[in-house]
Amino acid sequence: MILIGERINTGFKDIRQGVSDKDPAPLKAWARKQADTGATYLDVNLGAVSADPADMCWMIETVQDAVETAICIDTNKPEILVEALKTARPGMLINSTTAADEKLDAIMPLAAEHNACIIGLSMDETGTPKSADKRVENAGKILAKAMELGLEPDRVFLDPIVMPLKYMQEQAPQILEAVRQFQLFSDPTPHVVCGLSNVSNGTIHKRLINRIFLAMAIACGMDAAICDVLDADLVNAARTAELVMNRQIYADSYAKT
Amino acid sequence: MDIVDTREKWTHTIHTVTIGATAEQGGTRGRVVTVGGETTLPFLTDEGEIPHRPVLAGIVCDVVPDGWPDVLKQAIGDVIASPTEWAQRCVEDFGVDLVSLKLLGADPAGANRSPAEAANTVRAVLDAVDVPLIFWGCDDEEKDNEVLLECSQAARGENCLIGSATETNYRTLGAFGTADKHKLIAEAPVDINIGKQVNILLQDAGFPLGDVVMCQTTAALGYGFDYVYTIFERVRIAGLRGDKLMALPQIANVGWEAWKVKEAIQDDDILEGWGKLKVRGPLWETTAAAGYLQAGADIITLAHPESIAIMRETIDELMGNGKETP
Repeated sequence: MILIGERINTGFKDIRQGVSDKDPAPLKAWARKQADTGATYLDVNLGAVSADPADMCWMIETVQDAVETAICIDTNKPEILVEALKTARPGMLINSTTAADEKLDAIMPLAAEHNACIIGLSMDETGTPKSADKRVENAGKILAKAMELGLEPDRVFLDPIVMPLKYMQEQAPQILEAVRQFQLFSDPTPHVVCGLSNVSNGTIHKRLINRIFLAMAIACGMDAAICDVLDADLVNAARTAELVMNRQIYADSYAKT
Repeated sequence: MDIVDTREKWTHTIHTVTIGATAEQGGTRGRVVTVGGETTLPFLTDEGEIPHRPVLAGIVCDVVPDGWPDVLKQAIGDVIASPTEWAQRCVEDFGVDLVSLKLLGADPAGANRSPAEAANTVRAVLDAVDVPLIFWGCDDEEKDNEVLLECSQAARGENCLIGSATETNYRTLGAFGTADKHKLIAEAPVDINIGKQVNILLQDAGFPLGDVVMCQTTAALGYGFDYVYTIFERVRIAGLRGDKLMALPQIANVGWEAWKVKEAIQDDDILEGWGKLKVRGPLWETTAAAGYLQAGADIITLAHPESIAIMRETIDELMGNGKETP
């Protein structure tokens, strides 16, 4: 399972404060904590705090100073991405492009140039899709663009766009169906990722919903998630689901205790 | 029409393990041996790198093993009575990369030698040859905890490879492996799940997996060879796909197992129609060894000098640095 730590995001107060004050301590602490769980990538998100690429680069440098873990550059602004790609160590993941032509044309060549992995959100200029079919259509467009520019399918992480269960309950089966169909695109298959916490938005039983949804998505073929990597129950559920799918070799002590 | 590129693309690397330490590294070895580092399945160099060739370890034992046939004992020669001379013959005459010393003499059901005697043997072998050393206990776990501890201390700094950490003794071996700066063999009883479990346990006990070589209790040809072969292969594939707990070099203790089975010890007076043991014995050992080599073994132990010679030639050819096949 490819786990992407979500915590270095200015949506969190301590990170926002750290970026504003240029205090590396909270960023480094969360980098270490998440890296210690074995996270594959650490998402770094400047959010709306600043539009200055230098701030994003400072965040990435601060995290890289603390840990070796690869960076997931989380921005929707190409001008920030260009600078961030120069700062991040090789092996980074770009978060993200959509299927909108404007985005694809701006961002996918950067991924190809840096041989970076890239998350493709299965949405386009018309917004978030409602059906599995539309998700698959958008995802197919993203994958085709990546391959056209020479990126292998396994450098692409397709995201079916997870919607809140509480407000859009009918979307969950569509999302899972899209994950299933993403597997049919290529061999080797592209990765399938999601921003997990959105599914439990506004609910009381957040951790339970995250955990069950992730296990079900893994059964459909998902192999990556941007999530709370410190949630041991979540990580154990994901590991168990991967064993059930025979994607990992069983060992008695496979779970975190 | 474009021809589809069907080559497998592996994303991860098997880690390397270096055995032995030179004077500059705190030991007394004349050379060290590094195994692992593959980014592809065995010998498929078109799909990835094999930076270190598989190596051959010559079996030496502190007592002459019961049941070894005369054809094997005669091929090794009189030196079989002396582990130091036997080790020297392995290096000088048989051309092994390292020595694999079995401390069978400590077995309570056999010669029942003391841990101190075993440690003296380890030290004497280290003094007699300058290649890296693997040493194994006598397979009595209680006794081995003492034997391997003393041997570990006697070989401190030599960066030996010690066999073997299991599901039950991993803490003890992990502790002195760390203290005396040795590498460990993690052993499982022909069970890939336990193989992975031992690795997790060692890692959780603080012993770095980067210092571990995996071992499946090796099966002789005809005695579960195919089963162990598939385990070697599955371990390697899992490692190349990114399972860090499986991305370890592997050792096949071929010689030790081969010379226990009737096909390798009984001559044609008993096994009618099976041909002369002089030919068949080394072949039985070599055939299994060649199989494990293809399955992903990085270190292979062998006892018969002919087996060692044939396997060296096989590795040369497979690594592309031998004579071209006509």
